[in-house]
Formats: sequence, structure tokens, C-alpha cells
Amino acid sequence: MLDIRNLHVSINDKPILRGIDLTVRAGEVHAIMGPNGSGKSTLAHVLAGHEGYTVTAGEVRYLGRNLLELSPELRAREGIFLAFQYPVEIPGVANIYLLKAAVNALRQHRGEPELDAVDFLALVKDKLKLMGMDTDLLYRSVNEGFSGGEKKRNEILQMAVLEPRLALLDETDSGLDIDALKVVAGGVNAMRSPERAMVLVTHYQRLLNYIVPDQVHVLAQGRIALSGGRELALELENRGYGWVEAAAGPAGGGA
Amino acid sequence: MNSAADFYRDEFARIATTLPGSALPWLRHGREAGLACFAETGFPTLRQEDWKYTSVAAIEKSRFLSPPPTANGVAPGQIDAWGLAGTQRLVFVNGRYQPRCSNIGALPAGVTLASLAEVLGRESERLEGVLGPRSDPYPSGFAALNQAFFSDGVYLHLAAGVALETPVHLLFVTTEPGLALHTRNVVRAEAGSRACLIEHHVALGDGAYLSNTATDLVVGRDAEVEHLKLQQESLKAFHVAALDVDQQQGSRFVSRSFALGGGLGRVDIRVGLNAEHASCTLDGLYMTDGRQHIDHHTRIDHAQPYGTSREFYKGVLAGASRAVFNGRVIVHADAQHSDAYQANRNLLLSDNAEIDTKPQLEIYADDVKCRHGATVGQLDPEQVFYLRSRGVDEADARALLTFAFAAEMTGRIDMAPLRARLEKLLLGRLPERVKELV
Ligand SMILES: Nc1ncnc2c1ncn2[C@@H]1O[C@H](COP(=O)(O)OP(=O)(O)OP(=O)(O)O)[C@@H](O)[C@H]1O
Ligand SMILES: [Mg+2]
Repeated sequence: MLDIRNLHVSINDKPILRGIDLTVRAGEVHAIMGPNGSGKSTLAHVLAGHEGYTVTAGEVRYLGRNLLELSPELRAREGIFLAFQYPVEIPGVANIYLLKAAVNALRQHRGEPELDAVDFLALVKDKLKLMGMDTDLLYRSVNEGFSGGEKKRNEILQMAVLEPRLALLDETDSGLDIDALKVVAGGVNAMRSPERAMVLVTHYQRLLNYIVPDQVHVLAQGRIALSGGRELALELENRGYGWVEAAAGPAGGGA
Repeated sequence: MNSAADFYRDEFARIATTLPGSALPWLRHGREAGLACFAETGFPTLRQEDWKYTSVAAIEKSRFLSPPPTANGVAPGQIDAWGLAGTQRLVFVNGRYQPRCSNIGALPAGVTLASLAEVLGRESERLEGVLGPRSDPYPSGFAALNQAFFSDGVYLHLAAGVALETPVHLLFVTTEPGLALHTRNVVRAEAGSRACLIEHHVALGDGAYLSNTATDLVVGRDAEVEHLKLQQESLKAFHVAALDVDQQQGSRFVSRSFALGGGLGRVDIRVGLNAEHASCTLDGLYMTDGRQHIDHHTRIDHAQPYGTSREFYKGVLAGASRAVFNGRVIVHADAQHSDAYQANRNLLLSDNAEIDTKPQLEIYADDVKCRHGATVGQLDPEQVFYLRSRGVDEADARALLTFAFAAEMTGRIDMAPLRARLEKLLLGRLPERVKELV
């Protein structure tokens, strides 16, 4: 589904990703871990089409197409969903209207008719319950004044409504209390399917107790320094990242 | 070409006898004083600090004529679309009150609501102190011209303790190009009274004309007055407006000003918190495009202790338009415990748009709380990206965010029909498919 080859990305001429290789197949769940500043969010943003990053080398194929050519909105309509590490507040735009716009943009892209108001509301309320969220959050401005945990749940709510093919979850577990973590993990697990792939960025092994990944990768200094099964997450929890970074070589090593 | 002073002197000679109250010696005297002042000062120039960003040379050159005093053929049906439900409506066409198009319903005892011309005809003594020659200098040549030429406007008087629950909708309609319209509104709210006015400027057609309006408001002790303004002049029009407010003890005043039309617009709002515990809110939104130029100058004088002022103006500038915001807040030496807040936020949608924003805080008292800030920026790229990452088109995302920026100001209007009208006007600027999102 997703094929990343030798991806190099810079921000303002500063290299952040220095040769990422990653393949994610339909039905798989991959976890990406790694120290602060190693480039995990950068990778997620580049995949979603953020224009603040410059791809200096490499390629990304998604469902056989060159992903990097597509605008962010086209990527979304083709089934890519990014749950933001820091969901953006949008005063004046009600949560429910953004959901509706997103759903209809997708349906239109697929040549399906727009959902009528009743069906749409039923769908949203259903997912809302799944996420343990209050209805009034629907009518508030997108993320404005939401607590940290509410913002994260709201991201997963959007994901549940949009049913993406490739979900990128950037630290969705950070800032969640234990109950909320279970709710969010439940929401994510409910969406696991043979047609869908997920990439979870996380700092905590705890999330992976609930959402069991097929593979765990460690991003360090802009590269995938180590990959393994779920037991790698446990080892990282015990030993930290120092040994991985040491094995990956010096920070300024270049390509 | 003769000078502007000569032109307006000739105009005055031509039409003075047709102006309301022309038989009243004190008013004649007052008008002549205005004319004499204009002859001396003329129109403001870029050399004046208060006018350095706004050239009115085009007004001076245009030689707009005073409208004929006779009724014009506007039918109520032509202006109904501008009406607002649940209001007392006074319509002024080309500067003159039109009873046929107006609708003044039952009024509570103690409320006088009529056209200025009518009051000058039957109870001129009510106006002698307001419209006679003034002792202090005119703030600009426009004020002087208004004094000489004003043809009509509203007179609203609220006796002590009276609440006028129905908002008063003042609809000023210009029907023809080439005219100079000078209108004057006088509002007196006695102690403990309450009222809401909507000053609304529109045009039939897209011609060039000058609309020069002055509103004079006294808000008595513990009285509450709201002044809402919707400026929808033609895009070739010149709109010059002054609002002078004198606030008494414990009074509350709210001004919400929405400037959407006009080729050249200049608004001066001056509020005096002239007794203890007076409070005012000044809100505004200007949205400009093409070659529009809209200038707001506000001045709040905290003259006495315990005054509160809240000012918040937003601007959305597109095309090659230009806006000016100059917000002056003066806390005088006697005005201890004043609390002033002022903010001006601008969204520049094009590289060719330009804003000059200048908050001016002058504080002469020492125990006060004052804050101010001004920002100029583009749409937040992270917000645009967030919307796009959910499948929304880039153009739609931008339109939606622009709407949301502006709608913060319309959302503050309590008067539902006006709020709905403004939201519709803002929505009118959005692409079809975005409209259902808000
Ligand atoms: N606009 C920017 N200008 C310069 N450097 C930037 C910019 N944005 C991000 N960076 C840098 O890029 C690097 C990678 O950041 P990124 O957010 O991808 O890290 P991360 O792995 O997600 O970290 P965390 O675990 O803290 O979320 C960091 O060193 C960061 O400071
Ligand atoms: Mg991150």
C-alpha cells in the first residue's frame, strides 16, 4: 500500500529525514518510535502533503501512485488520514461541518452521492458514542478550547467517520488518561481490517499493549535505525534509545 | 474651476431656503457659521496628521450637487429588501425623510422619534442647543459642511427611565450619482433609558456620490445605547461619517460598525467617558476589495475615574484595497481606575492590499489598566493544511477561514435580524459549496 524509498526531507535547508525506507502492506499495523526530534512528525506530515517540507530525494508510492505529486486534499480523498500530534484549532468552523465537508469531499471523489443530513448525523452519533464523546463537542468550533485528550479523541472520531485506507496516527496516545487510552485504542482496533493499514507514532509501549503492531521501527537521526516485532517496543521501554542511536552512528553522519 | 469654497458658497446660496429650519434665525446662523468655517479650512489634506493616509482630493474635485428638495420616485418595494424585521424604520432618500417608505409603530410614552426636519418644524427649541453655531472648532471640513448643509436625519429622545425595546432602523438610500448628501442624527437618552439604533447606508445603482453623515449622541446617567452600523454604499461612493458620543455616569454605550461598501470611506468615532463608571464597547469589521479605501479613526477619552472601554476591530483586505485603523485612547489625569483594552486584527488576502494600523494609547493617570495590540497577517497555513488534510479544497479552506475570521464580529451582534443579514452578506462572498459548512 505504502512504499517509501530513500526519502530525504529538509526544512529550511536543514535535513531532517536522511533516507527513510519503509513498506506498509494492507492489513498491517506499524509502530514508529524514536527520540524527540528524530523526525517522526516530519514523516507523517510529508506523507499527508504538508507544503512546509522539501523532499530532496527519494520517492513515495501509495497504491501504486506517486504520492508526492498529490495535493493534501487529494491524498485525503484517496484515503490517507493523519491524526495530528497537535490538532489545529479552527475558531468559527463547527466540528460537525468540517466532518460533513470531509465526508462529502470523499464521497464526491468516489462518485458516490452526498449523505443526507439524517444518515450523516446517525453515522456521526454512532462513532461519537464509540469514542465516549459528548454531542456538544460536535457543535463547538474545531478543537477550539478542547482539552488535550478531547482533541486526540476528536482526531480518532474523524478517522472513524472517514474510514481511511491508510491512517497515520501521530502520538494519539500522548496526553490521554488510562481510560481514554483504552477508548481510543478500542476505536483504532475496531477499524483494523485487511484493507486498511495503520502507522502509529508513539513514545509508549503501553499503547502497543492495546493495539498490537505487526512491526516496530525506531527512527533515529532521520533514519530507520532498527526494525523488529512488538518485543522491540518492550526492549526500548527498558533500555531507552541510547543503544539504538549509538548503533546507528553519529548524528552528523550524513548519507 | 472655482475653488471648493466658492463652489459650496454658491451651492448654499442656491439651496439654503430649501433646507429644513431655514426660517429659524439661530439655525441660519449656525449653517452660515459652518459654511464660513469650511471656507476657511476646506477639505482635509494629507498634511494633516489625522488624514495622512486618506486623500479626499477626489471628493473636492467631484463638485457633488445638493439634491433637489422635492420627493423622488422611490417606491417602498424598491427598498424593502434592505428592511430589518422587528424595527421602527425611518427611510431617508437622498438625504430627506420619506414617510411613505417608513414605518414608525407605536412608541412607549416618553419616546420622541421623528425626522429632524419635522422636529425643526414643530419643536425647534429641542434642537437649538445642538444645531446652533458651535463654540469649539469643527473636527474637519466635513463636519463644517454637514453643519451648513444637513438636510435631515433622525431625532430620538428618550425620557428618563424609558426603554425603547424595538430597535430603530435608519435607512439612508442614495438613488442617483453626483449628489452630496449631508445627514445629521441627534439622539438624547435621558437617565436610565435604553435604545438600539441601526444606521444603514445603501444605494440604488453604482454611481459616485458623497454621503456625509454626523451622529450626535448623549447617553445619560445609567442609560444604555447601542449604535449598529452597516455601510453598504456603492463601490464608487464616498462615505464620510462621524459619531460623537457623550457618556454620563454609569452609562453604557456599544458601537458595532460594519463597513462593506464605499469606494472611499472615512469613519470617525469619538466617545467621551465624561463621568464615573461609564463603559463603552467599540467593535468593527471592514472588508475591502478592488481599490476600496476604508479609514477608521476612533478616539476614546477616559475623562473621569472608573471608566471601561473595550475596542476590537477586524479587517479583511483583498485585491489592491487599503484600510487604515487609528485607535486613540486617552486616559486623562483624573481618570484613575480606568480600564482600556484595544485590539485590531487584520487579514491580508493579497500582496497588493495594504493596512496602516496604529493604536495610540496616551495615559496621564497612574492607576489604570490598559492593553492594546495590533496584528497584520495572512491565513494561518497550519489551519489551511488541517482543512486540506481532511479533503477540503485549498480555495474552499481559505474562503472558510476568511469567513470564520470575519464572522467573529457578526457573532457579537445581539440583534438577530441584523446578525442574520450580515452573515448572509459574508456568505455571499463564499463559494457555493463552502456555504453549507457554516
Ligand atoms: N519549521 C522548522 N524549522 C526548523 N526545524 C524544524 C522545523 N520543524 C521541525 N523542525 C525540526 O525537525 C526535527 C524533527 O521534528 P519532528 O517534529 O519531526 O520530530 P518528532 O520525532 O516528531 O519529535 P517528537 O517526539 O518530539 O514529537 C526537530 O529537530 C525539529 O526541531
Ligand atoms: Mg512529533
